Amino acid sequence: MITLETYFDFVILPILSISAMLVFIRLYKGPAIVDRVIALDLIITIGIGIITVYSIRADQQVMLDVAIILALIAFLGTIAFAYYIEKQKK
Amino acid sequence: MIDIILAILSTVGALSILFASIGILRMPDFYLRLSVTVKASTLGVGLLLICAAIMFPDVSVTTKAIAIIFFLIITAPIAAHMIGRAAYFTGTPLWKDTVIDQLAGMYNKETHELESNGEVKNSEGGSEPPNIAKSEEETE
Repeated sequence: MITLETYFDFVILPILSISAMLVFIRLYKGPAIVDRVIALDLIITIGIGIITVYSIRADQQVMLDVAIILALIAFLGTIAFAYYIEKQKK
Repeated sequence: MIDIILAILSTVGALSILFASIGILRMPDFYLRLSVTVKASTLGVGLLLICAAIMFPDVSVTTKAIAIIFFLIITAPIAAHMIGRAAYFTGTPLWKDTVIDQLAGMYNKETHELESNGEVKNSEGGSEPPNIAKSEEETE
């Protein structure tokens, strides 16, 4: 009998980890700087998902506060990168 | 019963995040990568947060989850539009098999304003050619 806890541990978390690894390949390769910016944004978004699943598994609902902060930082970081990339002299 | 609902929601969420990361790795140019990433990852994280909101029998967790989902849905398209606009201005090339670029020649290069009827001309007086990559390696 598969319980929900083992399902989270052995299916959902490995899928999210593999996703984060695939995005790190794009963060390393990315030909332009904007590719790296969206790769970083996606890594933080996957991090929010991992924190959510981990807070379910560890029964620690305090960790959702960290997810709120990470969502804020991802948005502000992308906006700041876009602002300065657009303003830069070529 | 509630376990089956939680399993289905978390599976769909994790799979859409996986598809987003496969898309950012495999898509041929920046704009297609941006279009794949934002929507799929917002859906995936939203479903995982709904999962957490059902799991904890507590009002504060539900409020936090709804706040995060609302914030992601509000801010992800704005960030994607800003970074796509910055990429277009700095001359990120489009994929080599791109059929049409309707923004080509519509932007004023100095003031970054969008003209509606394409009256922006370059120095020779002709309209701007679209910035399409010559080879696959340029955008890969």
